Amino acid sequence: MISGRAWKFGDGIDTDVLAPGHYMKLPLEEAATHCLEAIAPNFAKEVRPGDVVVGGASFGIGSSREQAAQALKQLGVGAVLATSFARIFYRNALNLGLPALFFPQANEIRDGDAIEVDPVAGIVRSNGREFRVEPIPAHLMVMIEDGGLMPHLKKKLARA
Amino acid sequence: MGRTLTEKILARAAGKDAVAPGEIVTATVDLAMFHDSSGPRRVAPRLKELGARVWDPSKVVVVSDHYVPAVDPESAAILKLTRDWVREQGIGAFYDMQGICHVMLAEGGHLRPGLFCVGGDSHSTMAGAYGCYMAGFGATEMTGVMVTGDIWTRVPATIRVDWNGAFADGVVAKDVMLHLCRTLGMDNAFKAIEYGGDTVRAMSMSERGVLTNMAAELGAESAIIEPDDKTLAAIRAAGVAIDDEEALRWRSDPDATYEAVHRFNAADLVPQVARPHSPENSGPVAEANSARIDQAYIGACVGAKLTDLQMAARVLKGRKVAKDVRLLIAPSSRATTEAAAKDGTLAILTEAGAIVMPSGCGACAGMGAGVLAAGEVCISSTNRNFKGRMGHKDAEVYLGSPYTVAASAIEGRIADPRSYLQ
Ligand code: SF4
Repeated sequence: MISGRAWKFGDGIDTDVLAPGHYMKLPLEEAATHCLEAIAPNFAKEVRPGDVVVGGASFGIGSSREQAAQALKQLGVGAVLATSFARIFYRNALNLGLPALFFPQANEIRDGDAIEVDPVAGIVRSNGREFRVEPIPAHLMVMIEDGGLMPHLKKKLARA
Repeated sequence: MGRTLTEKILARAAGKDAVAPGEIVTATVDLAMFHDSSGPRRVAPRLKELGARVWDPSKVVVVSDHYVPAVDPESAAILKLTRDWVREQGIGAFYDMQGICHVMLAEGGHLRPGLFCVGGDSHSTMAGAYGCYMAGFGATEMTGVMVTGDIWTRVPATIRVDWNGAFADGVVAKDVMLHLCRTLGMDNAFKAIEYGGDTVRAMSMSERGVLTNMAAELGAESAIIEPDDKTLAAIRAAGVAIDDEEALRWRSDPDATYEAVHRFNAADLVPQVARPHSPENSGPVAEANSARIDQAYIGACVGAKLTDLQMAARVLKGRKVAKDVRLLIAPSSRATTEAAAKDGTLAILTEAGAIVMPSGCGACAGMGAGVLAAGEVCISSTNRNFKGRMGHKDAEVYLGSPYTVAASAIEGRIADPRSYLQ
């Protein structure tokens, strides 16, 4: 179960807002401190482990840079919910160990709301309401919990 | 409940009876392709880090096409690394400077209906012309495939795009795709496009490949065309035996659920041109305002197959490329060059003043020969005209069919090909 504060954003949050090109030369920890600063200057400072980013349509649109998802994970974001995702961002997020869920009812959530997400059951709870979403299957959650595809493969090969 | 062809392939590959759009499944990979740019040089170090080898070398196809022929020591080193790795891993299906990856999959007889394929390239969608699923993935995910032989994916909803009727002379699949980039937009992530209708059934396999190739420009995950006798004939021509009945059963159910169905009338379409700097900036050729050009380029997986060269030759026969314009032709494969030499197409093109270049990606992605300087204008039969893709960021690239590119080369400005076809 992931639980924290909801950070609400609109449509078309792109990879340049998530991971500004300008800071891509910096190590991830530093680049992450600029995540979303163009539209939410306090985000990187105030986000706490378990907080949930809630976006609108085409979340993560733009370049294929993996840092867009990595920065959110680095800052402790527990999950990203959006009405729709750009395909490469979505795949990167899951492969880097950041749960991403399609959430058609994103507009029901306000910035600052307390929010709970169960990615395996496909349940989002906020303001005393419960929403059903397409769950992440257990076999994929194993990879996400291992920290993503590469650590997951390492573990798998070590066992073999 | 009826299923689309894409859903049926994903269900088969995931070992399930049925799957529905939105569902996440892990699918067993039948074929994995990558090229010199996306492949060994990125995947090999990751495999080393994991201490792993390729799970099944017989299911891997490697193509050196982006950096061929080498133009500097760096590209030569990439090509050498690719050769050495392929040998070390025991991969038999390796095409070294034989042609562009998506074309080699078809020529090499690697595709057939019902397969679940992955590629380290965004235009991997092209394979769907053979009735299989193929989508593009990044290097980390391709490493995962190399280790495990499977990959997770979210089942895409299918959008059906039907074309019916006959094209006017001079209108081809490329015009269809430029038109669709504008009408359907480029934001169709997590969608599979299924093309159908009697116009598509009447198309050659080469023209069908244009439809599936440029589904990448629609932003789609994959694209597919139900197999028919032309599909089977193309597979046989590549020297592969195929069971007709098993291949032809790969079709969508009559009551399959589509997210949307779009219907177009082929007779209404006129030659299309996409203006800089996006394929969705398209419209009738007349709207390109006869822009002056410095270069005309016939190349890429999408636009330099034998039929594309033949289109250009039909326009250029007995005519000359305008003074101060260079017409560059990079055939999509060595076999294309050979066939075009045999049937007289190459002679027509070179007599008109065209420069024939090696087979490979060439200037398409700005890596090979034929790139543009700042301020130069080019019309190209390739699939993307994003800023800076074909050379300098201040160059301008228009996209059109091989007919339109050839007509423009004659006039030195963007021109309607129809007057050359009477
Ligand atoms: S020809 Fe162009 S579009 Fe085709 S694979 Fe090569 S770089 Fe990509």
